[in-house]
Amino acid sequence: MSLILEPLAYSFFDRALVASAIVGLVCATVGSYMVLRGLAFMGDALSHSAFPGVVVAYMLKGSFYIGASVAAVGTALAIGWVTRQGKIKSDTAIGVLFAGMFALGVFLFSLIPNYVGDLFGFLFGDVLGIGISDLISLAVLGVLVLSTVALLWKELLYATFDPLGAAASGLPVGRLDYLLLALIALTIVISLQAVGIILVVAMLVTPAATAQLLSKSFGRLILIASSIGVVCPIVGLYGSFWLNSASGATVVLIESAVFFAVLATMTVIERLGSRTARATP
Amino acid sequence: MGRSAAETVARLAGVAAVHAPEGAVAARVGGPMEAIGAPAPAIRLEGVNAGYGDIVALEDVNLEIPVGALVAVVGPNGGGKSTLLKLIAGVLKPWSGSVEVLGAPAGREAHRVAYVPQAELVDWAFPVNVWTVVMMGRYPRLGPLRQPGHADREAVEGALERVGMLDRARSPIGALSGGQRRRAFLARAMAAEVDLYLLDEPVTGVDIPTQEAIMTLLTAEAERGKAVVATTHDLAAAARHFRSIVALNRAVVASGPADLVTNTDLLARTYGAHLLMLGDRIGILDDSHHHDAPTGPSERHFHEDQPEGRS
Repeated sequence: MSLILEPLAYSFFDRALVASAIVGLVCATVGSYMVLRGLAFMGDALSHSAFPGVVVAYMLKGSFYIGASVAAVGTALAIGWVTRQGKIKSDTAIGVLFAGMFALGVFLFSLIPNYVGDLFGFLFGDVLGIGISDLISLAVLGVLVLSTVALLWKELLYATFDPLGAAASGLPVGRLDYLLLALIALTIVISLQAVGIILVVAMLVTPAATAQLLSKSFGRLILIASSIGVVCPIVGLYGSFWLNSASGATVVLIESAVFFAVLATMTVIERLGSRTARATP
Repeated sequence: MGRSAAETVARLAGVAAVHAPEGAVAARVGGPMEAIGAPAPAIRLEGVNAGYGDIVALEDVNLEIPVGALVAVVGPNGGGKSTLLKLIAGVLKPWSGSVEVLGAPAGREAHRVAYVPQAELVDWAFPVNVWTVVMMGRYPRLGPLRQPGHADREAVEGALERVGMLDRARSPIGALSGGQRRRAFLARAMAAEVDLYLLDEPVTGVDIPTQEAIMTLLTAEAERGKAVVATTHDLAAAARHFRSIVALNRAVVASGPADLVTNTDLLARTYGAHLLMLGDRIGILDDSHHHDAPTGPSERHFHEDQPEGRS
């Protein structure tokens, strides 16, 4: 019991716990649409392209939320626009833009003369270092993203499942695509402090991927993904507290472990099922 | 552009107009012959050119489809069948010319239009069940703020009943047979309570009883005054089930009553080298698996039972 209660005595741990749970929930929800739309690579790209925004915000002593949002949302819309021109494929557009943006971030980073430990936190995540004002910003943005999804879940679902049919029946599929990209970008911004630029794609993709193995209906997919999204960061945070390991990496490792455990279980069940079917002709 | 006197005569006499490929003439399809001043057609294309990138898919298409029509669009792969449907649906803008649908520019009356995509463009591994797919037909009229209510559930139930799929309402779409999938999508179109059905290959690759069932439903919809436009590879089915046809090969080659598809001269001009004639038997060397070459920037292509496929 003390294993669970002891860390709660530290206010930094409580803040980290709340932040991780929010991040996990938002990531899993938006990630479900992202995975179904085939945009996993896009998630990775947008997190990297947030980096120059973070560095510029640091240099100007501004809010990193604003810097990262502008950079990530801007890149998301640019990728959407380049793709819609139809001259190059979307994964090519993503490759070009995200590498360029990350290089810009590293370039600016290298211009800062003194040691910048804070910025490393954005690369690998440092949820235990989150302050109360950052936690409030994170919560507000999280509520914004989740309520947008709650408002437009059916339109996003239709446009994801059958873009042609949805567009023909009058849904603004183009604008919904841009909206989804913007939501992914905002979700990444929220997650940067908790898991960092390099690992955030796992928070987006892994819970949804695990849920996809377990569900045949969209409602169940979202439910399972968000449960995994909330529980894994909490478990991971305790793990990192007791093992004194990096919090972001621990959370992601637990999510990956859950995914592989489910995948292995499903495979075994399927094998057994087909063997039984063969045994009873 | 001017319409030739001969073509006007053909229209008034109710005779099918078979066009020379280079001739730019308006084709009127199906339905009883109306006098001058008849109600506005469900669909009217004038001088339409369209394509993807630099590739031309349709050239100078002039076409009128009246309310209550049951039209099969036939032609070889790459002949522009799917492109024509997308133009009418308003999801593809023509390079030039005008597309009028239900009395307004294409796309304006979208809530009165249902579009059923080719089976290959649907991700059958998508975690969604039949009920939710059919309910999607109701989303556009609900708008973002309203959740599905009693009337929507009734419409979905009614549509599932009509296609004979009520007992499969909770099945994941991936668990359905090809024919059941097509019926589920038809139910979505019916639940939407539209005036125009656009169906891309609705009976391709399904068994004969399902084909009959789908066509019976579509015929009933046409008789209720809805317009039905479907592409098909199956000329025999087109002749048997549809009232009129439009033969496309980058341009309108012919249009008129469905038995036109038995006209070998017309077939030769529609299918060109794809046509194989052995005495009085005709075969079309055309892969029923259908790729309409470039299909726009963000279109994904799925093979049934191979959900990861991408074109």
